Amino acid sequence: MEYAIEIENLTKKFGNFTAVNNVSFNVKKGEIFVFLGPNGSGKTTVIRMLIGLLTPTSGLGRVLDFDIVKNPEQIRLNIGYMSQKFSLYDELTVEENLDFYAGVYLVPKDVLQQRKREILEMADLVGRENSITATLSGGWKQRLALGCAIIHNPKLVFLDEPTGGVDPVARRQFWDLIYRLSENGVTVMVTTHYMDEAEHCNTIGFIHYGNLLAVDTPENLKKNQMKGQIIEIKCDKLMESLELLKTVDFVKDAAVYGQGLHIVVDDAKRYLVTLADILKSGGVKVANIKHVNPSLEDVFVFLVENESRKQFIREMM
Amino acid sequence: MKLNFRRIIAIINKEFIQIRRDPRTIALILMMPIMQLLLFGYAVSNNVDHVPTAVLNLDIGSQSRKLLSSFSNSQYFDLDYYVKSIDDVQKLVDKGAVKAGIIIPPDYSENIARGKTAQIQLVVDGTDPTTAQVILSSAGSITQVYSTEIVSQKIQTLTQGRKLSGVLDIRPRVWYNPDMDSVYFNIPGLIGIILQNITLMLTSFALVRERERGTLEQLIVTPIKKMELMIGKIVPYIIIGFVDLILAVAIGTLWFKVPITGNILLLFAFSIMFLLGALGVGLFISTISNTQLQAMQLSMFLIMPNILLSGFMFPRDAMPKVIYMLSNFIPLTYFLKVLRGIILKGVGIEYLWPEFMILVVFGVGVLVLAAGKFQKRIG
Repeated sequence: MEYAIEIENLTKKFGNFTAVNNVSFNVKKGEIFVFLGPNGSGKTTVIRMLIGLLTPTSGLGRVLDFDIVKNPEQIRLNIGYMSQKFSLYDELTVEENLDFYAGVYLVPKDVLQQRKREILEMADLVGRENSITATLSGGWKQRLALGCAIIHNPKLVFLDEPTGGVDPVARRQFWDLIYRLSENGVTVMVTTHYMDEAEHCNTIGFIHYGNLLAVDTPENLKKNQMKGQIIEIKCDKLMESLELLKTVDFVKDAAVYGQGLHIVVDDAKRYLVTLADILKSGGVKVANIKHVNPSLEDVFVFLVENESRKQFIREMM
Repeated sequence: MKLNFRRIIAIINKEFIQIRRDPRTIALILMMPIMQLLLFGYAVSNNVDHVPTAVLNLDIGSQSRKLLSSFSNSQYFDLDYYVKSIDDVQKLVDKGAVKAGIIIPPDYSENIARGKTAQIQLVVDGTDPTTAQVILSSAGSITQVYSTEIVSQKIQTLTQGRKLSGVLDIRPRVWYNPDMDSVYFNIPGLIGIILQNITLMLTSFALVRERERGTLEQLIVTPIKKMELMIGKIVPYIIIGFVDLILAVAIGTLWFKVPITGNILLLFAFSIMFLLGALGVGLFISTISNTQLQAMQLSMFLIMPNILLSGFMFPRDAMPKVIYMLSNFIPLTYFLKVLRGIILKGVGIEYLWPEFMILVVFGVGVLVLAAGKFQKRIG
């Protein structure tokens, strides 16, 4: 068995609304798979189907070789799950929360103390064992929630938006924990809407309005998915320039990116000077214009645009 | 399905920690029985005595004074106001200063002396029918006794000393509660009400709170079995229900001096059966509500008819047939019968086994229903 998760044509409808549309992908054992997409794109729905919380409308899914519809209890024995809001018992102390989940997961009593110490050290919670959970800050809670989810040493961990509402330092710390899990052979499936978090994972699945747009390594996505090259422009009058460039016929796409603009063209070298001239004659002061490698955000924006173009064409025909 | 004891213990333990750290729940558990018992024990009394009464005495003879003193000696009437006109009586009743008025006509003493029938008038404020009923019947018996006395005196004088022997003599004897003190009636009923309200409310919140906070979703994804979770959620509240039962019984016997004439162990056994039903209803509410507010509203919706129909406040015998039938479907009805039976009458299982069976069937049935409704899925 090479895959920890196998999904084939998975669909979930809520009434007339299709939350997940015909999604297929596999997650290799031991990899970090990032499910990337904006809020409401269907990431959580896919995860909830995989752990047996929701029944798929159609399609197949296997997690650790167990069918997601027939054998959810077998799956639950072997996975860890951390839901969107870190679902801890606020009135309990850090240690009581760990003890509770250890009891529910039947962690053998002879290894319990050892396991708890590992978790506390890993989550940087040593010395906080007796703090009431409600008094912890977001980062601590988040790491404790992860600790509770993996107290039984699962082979596969689902983390649903684990870094939502947490400060950047805590986010970095948390991702260090995810890498550590992966080093120990645990398969990790993480959902997020932060592009930067996806840069260092093994595989990314792009999902948008229930449709899986692409699944690949970050490098391959940047190399293969983009039809075109990126020119980055730093200039004044951003919005005016954006409107101006959108009217140019060889510009395939233009969008604000950070402090500047990203322009998609077929051949960056060929159009670089032309673009600079167009802007100057339009009265825009250009500080910097250069050919750059596409970021994940560029790829995602491109894929979404591409998808809506396809959708548009489908609807016309 | 094999249940794992350690998982159940984990849930029970967690539940107790949560209760212990929540001052409001602790207050509810301890204060609700005490407050309800004191409130109902003192404020809600059906004993109508010392009724404030106005007297309009137009008679000048001595007979009317004798009659009035038999009223005031009875403890049922306090003759607070002596007025001069019927208007004054009217005003006092309107104001609510008196609940009754006794009007004696000018020819009263004269009529008695002549051996004629004398009339007096009793005015009663009928806004509260229960009180009015009691006033009427106590006034009736006072005058009855008084008139028998007059008649027997008359006969004695006519027959030169021969005593009158009555034609029909009723010798009433009230069993179990000889003074007909309403506390004796209320306290056992209250124990049932308290037990039901507190366990129903606490359990109905037990699962909903976890659903609201998202911990239920987390819990569902663990390998815990449905029944393990259910049992773990019920046991703490059975224990709390028992604490409240003992608290209520203690206040009832020690403070209100309502002795338990029957077997207290039998009472406890019945209470467990009744608790199972109340907890089952609570869990059921829990499984069909999404928020604590909804759970609260549903609990209230169920608690009201329980109080009104179970015979706790209003006698079931006085209910219209349809309502009476309806009250047969309320487990509290049976539990109240049991409580009053054991506490006041001292009866045993030989009379109460039908109620026991009904409570068992209801308790198990509603628990099975709640367990069936609870799914380890959300859609």
